[in-house]
Amino acid sequence: MRAMGATHPRGHLQPWIAFLGLFAAVALPLDAADAWRLLPREGAFGWVVILLLAAAAYAAVKAERSPVTAVLLALASCAGAWMVLDILPGLAGHAGPGFWALLATAWLLAWALVSQLAAIKPRAGPAGFLLKLVVPLLFGAWLLVFWQVIVVAFQVPSVLIPPPSAIWAKLVSSIPILAADFRQTFLKAVIAGYVLGCGSGFLVAILVDRVPFLQRGLLPVGNLVSALPIIGIAPIMVMWFGFDWPSKAAVVVVATFFPMLVNTVTGLAASQPMQRDLMRTYAANYWQSLFKLRLPEALPFIFNALKINSTLALIAAIVAEFFGTPIVGMGFRISTEVGRMNIDMVWAEIAVAALAGSVFYGVIALIERASTFWHPSFRT
Amino acid sequence: MTTLAVPAPRPLKKPGQVFPVMVVVVAILAIWYVGAFFLNAQLARDAFARQKVEPTLGQMIGATYSMERPLLPAPHQVATELWKSTTGYAINSKRSLVYHGWVTLSATLAGFVIGTLLGLLLAVGIVHVSSLDKSLMPWVVASQTIPIVAIAPMIVVVGYNLMNGQLGLSTDTSRFLAKAMISTYLSFFPITVGMVKGLRSPDPMHLDLMRTYSATGWQAFWKLRFPASLPYLFTSMQIAIAISLVGAIVGELPTGAAAGLGARLLAGSYYGQTVQIWAALLAASILAAVLVAIVGYANRLVVRRMGMAR
Repeated sequence: MRAMGATHPRGHLQPWIAFLGLFAAVALPLDAADAWRLLPREGAFGWVVILLLAAAAYAAVKAERSPVTAVLLALASCAGAWMVLDILPGLAGHAGPGFWALLATAWLLAWALVSQLAAIKPRAGPAGFLLKLVVPLLFGAWLLVFWQVIVVAFQVPSVLIPPPSAIWAKLVSSIPILAADFRQTFLKAVIAGYVLGCGSGFLVAILVDRVPFLQRGLLPVGNLVSALPIIGIAPIMVMWFGFDWPSKAAVVVVATFFPMLVNTVTGLAASQPMQRDLMRTYAANYWQSLFKLRLPEALPFIFNALKINSTLALIAAIVAEFFGTPIVGMGFRISTEVGRMNIDMVWAEIAVAALAGSVFYGVIALIERASTFWHPSFRT
Repeated sequence: MTTLAVPAPRPLKKPGQVFPVMVVVVAILAIWYVGAFFLNAQLARDAFARQKVEPTLGQMIGATYSMERPLLPAPHQVATELWKSTTGYAINSKRSLVYHGWVTLSATLAGFVIGTLLGLLLAVGIVHVSSLDKSLMPWVVASQTIPIVAIAPMIVVVGYNLMNGQLGLSTDTSRFLAKAMISTYLSFFPITVGMVKGLRSPDPMHLDLMRTYSATGWQAFWKLRFPASLPYLFTSMQIAIAISLVGAIVGELPTGAAAGLGARLLAGSYYGQTVQIWAALLAASILAAVLVAIVGYANRLVVRRMGMAR
């Protein structure tokens, strides 16, 4: 694929369009209501942006791939985005063609930067890791910029979608509430349920593995149950275990149990017959071959289940709170604030949930890397 | 012809599984009955104490298995309720589970179809455009770690307001579309991830062979990549259809929707109608199992037709 990329250089067109966009941004009014509000009349900052954009577009056309071009592109797209966001509040509802041209130019240059970075051969070590991180971050940052610009410029009512800046402001101003919700939902319900569910799933899997009859009987049932809408048991659990976090933990236990069971049983069967025979020639007993051969072979499967479960657990706990909860918790906050049309608070809560979910997943992925470093998928 | 092609070991393996599964199911039912007795025992004892009757064991068992609002209804109570509410009412009656099931199912299927198409499109883009791969793929993976269902109430409320208020669609249509949006959102991630894997699954050797035939990218896609990715597509579709049903059900929770299996669950939980909750839950489970089975059957059919059956 990379070879195909070399025969059709895709990076070529963007800088030329960026040039056109730059001319448009300079010549056309920024403000639809005020024809004389032009980019060159925005003071020193305006000129810095113009010069940077021009230099970057020129460099991208001239010297296609070089560190200098990359730096110039990064600077120019950042400055362009900064300028856009800076003049945005004054243009709500009447942004002019020059404004859109400026936004498009900055975005095109960022795109050129991404395709340059994507073409760099992946390297090992911290530099390669940083590169792997930068590209998606750039994408995410531009997503936020577009979100902000579209919401503000078209004056989308904030009951529909609030701009990221409002969400951030809400997030910062209501940290105590968010922290209490996080403690209630994540630290209590999710962690307790996750540990109990995964632990019992693992133990039952080892039991099932010893009894082939159970394996044949329980696995199809387990596979079926993992496809069912487990979240539906939330009202029942609330009825049994009360409104506080134990009922949510119970839902999490049920939701995480079956993926763990199925994956662990599959993993325990993953070792080769040849390897098992080898263990037998060593006169290894059941436990020795379990701990020295079959469990290590099953680790990738177990971690797969742990990763699936990390997201399932958070979802299950949050949705379970829709069915009744004390007046704290992420699911409770989301459902009540939606009802009160405080959509910015909902988004703040979602941001916290997303962050918690990603960190949870990331921690498990890191543990996986550390403990299954020998697996082919990590050998590069 | 196809029946001859079926490998011989299959009939040998089948009976080995049916019996253990039956035993496990019977065991689950037995545990359920015992659990129902002990969970409901306290309620039944209270009821007898109020009537100042000292119950015998037979009376206790009869009472715990026929309560109006038990903590855990016995399986036959759930089955009766399920049967009554599916066949006892006209299909378009609000009391019929068929009606509620259809409301959920239609949103599920709409979301699933749109989500599958969207996921396919994204996967094709990611596989063929390397800057999309580098910038979009990490987000697709990261988005799997985000509790998407948690956003469901907001998507429903926002989507509903947008379509009902701003676009002037009818209440039912807006609700349907809002739920379908969640199902779409949930189902396209597994499809994208699975299809990216699938479209990359052909051997480099095979891709090289296509190049020696001087096949265009389009031809290589239709003749090699897409067929090679079909098993991945079906596996992802099984996950996607199950999760889009979950999405539709969750989408019914917060809108004050009057119809659908999720609304049925919520209403049951508000009014303490345990039997109704369990019946709705069972109906949802049957629906999920049937949907997954249909996709699995389609998978077997396609794989056999393509001669890839093992």
